[in-house]
Amino acid sequence: MAAPTSGEKRGTMGKLFAVIVVLIAIASAVPILMHKWVPPADISTHGPTIDEQMSDTMAEAGLSFLAAQFLLAFFVWKFSGVPATAKIRTFPGGATAMVAAAVILVGTEVLALGILGQRAWATVYFTAPAANAVQVQTQAGQFAFYFRYPGPDGKFGPLHPDKIDEGNQNFFGLDPDNDPDSKDDIVTAELAIPVNREVHLLMHAKDVNHSFYVRELRIQQDFVPGLDLSLHFTANKTGRYEILCTQLCGLGHYNMKGYLTVLSQEDFDTWLKQKASEQ
Amino acid sequence: MHDIPAPAAQHHTPPQGFIRKHIFSVDHKVIGKQYYGLALVAVFTGMGLSWLMRFHLVWPNKAIYGLQWLSKIGAPGGVITPEYYLSLMTMHGTLMVFFVLTNAPFAAFGNYFLPIQIGAEDMAFPRFNMMSFWITFLAFVVLISAFFVPGGPPISGWTSYAPLSAVGPDSGPGEGLGQTLWAVSIAIFCVASLLGALNFIATTLDLRAKGMTLMRMPLSTWAWFITSCIALLAFAVLLPATLLLILDRVAGTSFFIPSNLMVGDRLQPHSGGSPLLWQHLFWFFGHPEVYIAILPSMGIISHILITSMRRPLLSHKAIIYSMLSIAFLSYMVWGHHMFVSGMNPFSSLMFSFPTLLITIPSTILTLIWLGSLYGSKLHITSATLFALGFVSMFVSGGVTGFFLAQPSIDIYLHATYFVVGHFHMVMGVASLFGVFAGTYFWFPKMTGRMMSETLGKLHFWLTFVGTYCIFMPFHYLGLAGNVRRYSTFVNDFMGPLMPVHKFITIAALLTGASQFIFLYNLIHSRFRGKPAPQNPWNATSLEWTMPSPPPWDNFGGKHPVVYHDPYQYGVEGSTGDYVMQDSPEQIKSVRDEKTLT
Repeated sequence: MAAPTSGEKRGTMGKLFAVIVVLIAIASAVPILMHKWVPPADISTHGPTIDEQMSDTMAEAGLSFLAAQFLLAFFVWKFSGVPATAKIRTFPGGATAMVAAAVILVGTEVLALGILGQRAWATVYFTAPAANAVQVQTQAGQFAFYFRYPGPDGKFGPLHPDKIDEGNQNFFGLDPDNDPDSKDDIVTAELAIPVNREVHLLMHAKDVNHSFYVRELRIQQDFVPGLDLSLHFTANKTGRYEILCTQLCGLGHYNMKGYLTVLSQEDFDTWLKQKASEQ
Repeated sequence: MHDIPAPAAQHHTPPQGFIRKHIFSVDHKVIGKQYYGLALVAVFTGMGLSWLMRFHLVWPNKAIYGLQWLSKIGAPGGVITPEYYLSLMTMHGTLMVFFVLTNAPFAAFGNYFLPIQIGAEDMAFPRFNMMSFWITFLAFVVLISAFFVPGGPPISGWTSYAPLSAVGPDSGPGEGLGQTLWAVSIAIFCVASLLGALNFIATTLDLRAKGMTLMRMPLSTWAWFITSCIALLAFAVLLPATLLLILDRVAGTSFFIPSNLMVGDRLQPHSGGSPLLWQHLFWFFGHPEVYIAILPSMGIISHILITSMRRPLLSHKAIIYSMLSIAFLSYMVWGHHMFVSGMNPFSSLMFSFPTLLITIPSTILTLIWLGSLYGSKLHITSATLFALGFVSMFVSGGVTGFFLAQPSIDIYLHATYFVVGHFHMVMGVASLFGVFAGTYFWFPKMTGRMMSETLGKLHFWLTFVGTYCIFMPFHYLGLAGNVRRYSTFVNDFMGPLMPVHKFITIAALLTGASQFIFLYNLIHSRFRGKPAPQNPWNATSLEWTMPSPPPWDNFGGKHPVVYHDPYQYGVEGSTGDYVMQDSPEQIKSVRDEKTLT
């Protein structure tokens, strides 16, 4: 092998590697520490638990990231350009220390995240919807969301996909002439819900997989053709929020969006009456 | 486990003629190089596709000169349509995951070096081996043909979820012949991979030279062996899944399609199927697949770091057991791709535990790599830089797994750019760094010439900084809720994020351009590189005991005998700072399991 160059003897490449790794690590951490790009303010009752979980995870992941990169940089700096006559030394504790550190540190972290993380998931998925939750059905189809309220009878009429007629605004394929429950159903292109009341969202897929995602609500759930899925949640802040489709559904996927409007109970009642009259 | 006294007789005669030597060769070294060449074509194609995607995302209405000749309908006047964006994206993912990340670190380097590192004359089944490559090549041709058929390539992503991918052209452009060709291509690829995996396993178990116990195999060989075990089970599930998909598309079956679907204004004539079934089958393959992509590179960079550090890792066994644990756990976690898929939420919770647990062996590996640097004598070459870069990138990509492993956090981050950043770093870039490292390290052995170290180091710096510039910002976009697989960003909140996308696109174009330095180095050195000595890195494993390049029968008809563990560096009382595995030199090493008398 060729004799080492003077740069190799001094370990120039190694030192450069160490510097660059440290710079990259710091540069990566800065936007996080400055909260430059963060989730939007949460508007749901279950959201704070998720956000707390995210913060905890960011702290642990962030510290692990920085520690590992700094350690890599430090060791590469210190041990490159070492003279050929130097003795090889072993990290104190050797492999046992490494395995122990991994199992104890990471094991604890992992258990904590896994067990604590259950809470947020459970509040979304393992509780039944309240008996007086506002019932809304949403249908996702290439490339729009439509919504249906059951009306005063509190019942949704059956769906007939063969009767879907977008030209006549029959998005759900309802047959009010033959299905009495459909007569008072209210179909809208926008989702409005009352604030501080639980909403039970029934999810129906018209054609392929879609997904319902509202960032501020901390809600995301796929629509699966053939499956009756539902979500329940409570919004605690009024406002207008975007609904995005997040499951690739075809060429219009990027443009498949809707709006969620959270209104006071009074305004919601007015809105619903208004929509009912437009049916 | 027994050592066969003499390797199972291969005894194929030296190849005659150009076709036998270079085209339809049964020589594992030629086949390895063929896989490498195919991966090279695939990676530059995939990279080009990503350029088109990144360009379109920040300049959606600008024409790309010439693109209209690739597809008049997909890119009229050179402006990419929303459906063509999705086609490009689908082909990008498919090419990269299958034809680059499975081919290069595993099929290419594994084929070339696994037999050599265990002291064998060739693979156990040389003709199956040749078939594996040519079947892979056929799969590639079938896949690429999707660009040129009516409707173009599929738009359903490399994940190809049903029913979008199953109902046919009603669900969108590209969902006609293009999607069927995709499924056929993947099915063909599965067959090739299964043959290859069988070959690797049989070779490793049966063809080791005298004295080459399993524990004396280099870590790169261990990684290829473990990967082939995973691959055997994983591809065995993907193959029937793609066949079922093809049947749904062409034979009117309904494995993945329920009733009453109104797609493209047509009531679909299917009933009884389950879209979630596709996801389960696909991800049961798909998760082990990402470990198939990363494990070989872990083995390669371990092998290279040891040589560069002039000392073995803190524990040979810990690395092996960690890789085995990762392989085992990789089969328990597939549902973490499906947390919000509509699957039973209790299952989601169950999948999150092994997903979090797999962090432990990954951390053991990382800490051992880091801890072994302590007290070492690190001598840095281009290969070393990429191996060290692997560790940095694996850490960066790995820690974001903490977020995604938790279903409650995945509620927010699923299908955002956070996920895309995670898998590109931890799988895409890291695995490719392993391939680069392996190339710089083994090129002298494969060709008999040295690559330019100057160009290699330049390639490293541009790529290392460049890939961080591309993929680290993906995480910030994801935290802001930037959804993935969108061809254009029309959401209200996307405005302030566009400068980030512009930064990424420019980084991607520049970093991509830097790869041509590597390509130039590869080609130029092949013909004009300095002649390489037999063992330019003073390394210990068996590939360095043979001429560069090796003769057609590797060990010249002789049967090597192995006396030592693979990484005898810095051994007390030895002449020189390393002892080769086949050296009869008696040394005092506590790691020798048995010495041959």
